[in-house]
Amino acid sequence: MKLSSEELEILKIIEENHKVPVETIALMAMTSEETIQNTIKKLEDEKIIMSYPTLIDWTKVEGQENIVAMIDVKVTPKRGVGFDEVAERIYRFPEVSSLYLMSGAYDLSITIEGKTMNQIAAFVSEKLSTIENVVSTTTHFMLKKYKHDGVIFDSGADDKDRRMVVSP
Amino acid sequence: MKNDYAHYISQTAKVLQPSGIRKFFDLAAGMKDVISLGVGEPDFITPWNIREAAILSMEQGFTSYTANAGLLELREEISIYLRTRFSVEYDAKNQIIVTVGASQAIDLAFRAILNQGDEVLIVEPAFVSYAPLVSLAGGKPIAVSTSAENGFKVTPEQIEQAITEKTKAILLCFPNNPTGTSLNETELIEIAKMINKHDLLVVSDEIYAELTYDETFTSFASIDGMYERTILINGFSKGFAMTGWRLGMLAAPKELVEVMLKIFQYTTMCAPTMLQYGAIEALRNTFHEVESMQKSYRRRRNYVVQTLNNIGLDCHTPGGAFYVFPSIRATRLTSEQFAEELLMKEKVAVVPGNVFGESGEGYIRCSYASSMPQLQEALKRMQRFIEAKGVSSNNHVGESIYY
Repeated sequence: MKLSSEELEILKIIEENHKVPVETIALMAMTSEETIQNTIKKLEDEKIIMSYPTLIDWTKVEGQENIVAMIDVKVTPKRGVGFDEVAERIYRFPEVSSLYLMSGAYDLSITIEGKTMNQIAAFVSEKLSTIENVVSTTTHFMLKKYKHDGVIFDSGADDKDRRMVVSP
Repeated sequence: MKNDYAHYISQTAKVLQPSGIRKFFDLAAGMKDVISLGVGEPDFITPWNIREAAILSMEQGFTSYTANAGLLELREEISIYLRTRFSVEYDAKNQIIVTVGASQAIDLAFRAILNQGDEVLIVEPAFVSYAPLVSLAGGKPIAVSTSAENGFKVTPEQIEQAITEKTKAILLCFPNNPTGTSLNETELIEIAKMINKHDLLVVSDEIYAELTYDETFTSFASIDGMYERTILINGFSKGFAMTGWRLGMLAAPKELVEVMLKIFQYTTMCAPTMLQYGAIEALRNTFHEVESMQKSYRRRRNYVVQTLNNIGLDCHTPGGAFYVFPSIRATRLTSEQFAEELLMKEKVAVVPGNVFGESGEGYIRCSYASSMPQLQEALKRMQRFIEAKGVSSNNHVGESIYY
């Protein structure tokens, strides 16, 4: 679907921060609040805007830390449906937070979150590996999150404003 | 030795006025929790690929001098940049110098062309260092005032009025600091006619070229007949967010470059080597980021201009840079009073317009190179401030309707 430059502008603004109020977006994009509301409604209806999640650093919240693993999966594609059928069987599990079809040495890349390593191990051995057409799995546990969706975690001094208060 | 140093100081330096910004900086620097709209530089950090290239050059040991005019490799990139972005052709070998900031390029230009008493027209409001640089080079700065009624655009008539038999050159800076005003090709052509008629040279400070929002930027050197008369000045500071690097460039007819290079080799030798390597990377691989920064400024400009007008401070829509220059006449305060009181009462720093020349009186310069939350908070405070001065607004800042 081809979007107008105004629609693109609105998307760029809320991609950065979906908490910007309608009136502010209207000022930034030089259009009316009504246009903003209608455009966003339209983009939501078209499923171009999918959802408005919030990026949370759970490692800072006691008792809420998750264990994250990325799993490379080799599968045998099925005639007629390719990888879609097996992908669907996998993404339906709520513990799967992302799933991509990849080029290269393996086929599917899964991100999975759990409370303990045992939970993830159980998922791999009991659920994932037993799916028909799944040939092999390789599980990588994530040790530390530095950057996610363009956001740097614990950026330290990087985001500090070091400019002089007044300059010519 | 006499105790009175005034005795030793040169007359030229003595009569040089201290920058009005300095005073304001001292005032604001001592305060806590100030939101500053007084900053004349991007809020972005230099893109990582550029920083990385400079670091790499140091790791590899590129720490010796370069050619006076700068690394040929960099000058070649500059030549390509000027050709592809602005349609002006300069030979990397003898028409380009890499300088220590655009400011130095301006200094070189004046030193190369001015005799004692030569007059240079400076379109005001203007960046604070132009007039002093003219004076230091022995020339006489002549202000050409513009006005808000015309969006601070200079007209050929205004220029002609200021011309005398001593006029040697004119300094143009569009998009402008502090007004943000930019001139389109048609407007530049009209000015060019006047320059031709009176046989002037042009020092064109195009440092904000990459930050032009509504119309395509036109380099003055690309105007018919102006190439031979123009010393084109640009740099990496604004568009590439590299202010602290102090890297500028100048391009001009080779006869002029030869003279400027002669002065440059005695005063500076060359621009810092490792930073020049960063600049090569900047010109090769950063345009995606330059464009995204430009778009980000544009959104903030739209927000700030409309909000200022809504709260009762008349403000023209500037076509470039990252400044807005609203009128504060409705408050019946002078620029300095406004800026000082706003700082004391609401802890928002802006720059009083009069420091950029007489025609800036009655205005303030606000930079919108700050984050949206900061801009919103600053404007909210400004609204509170001017309401207390009895100015009524159409709208309130900061009410939120979410979708």
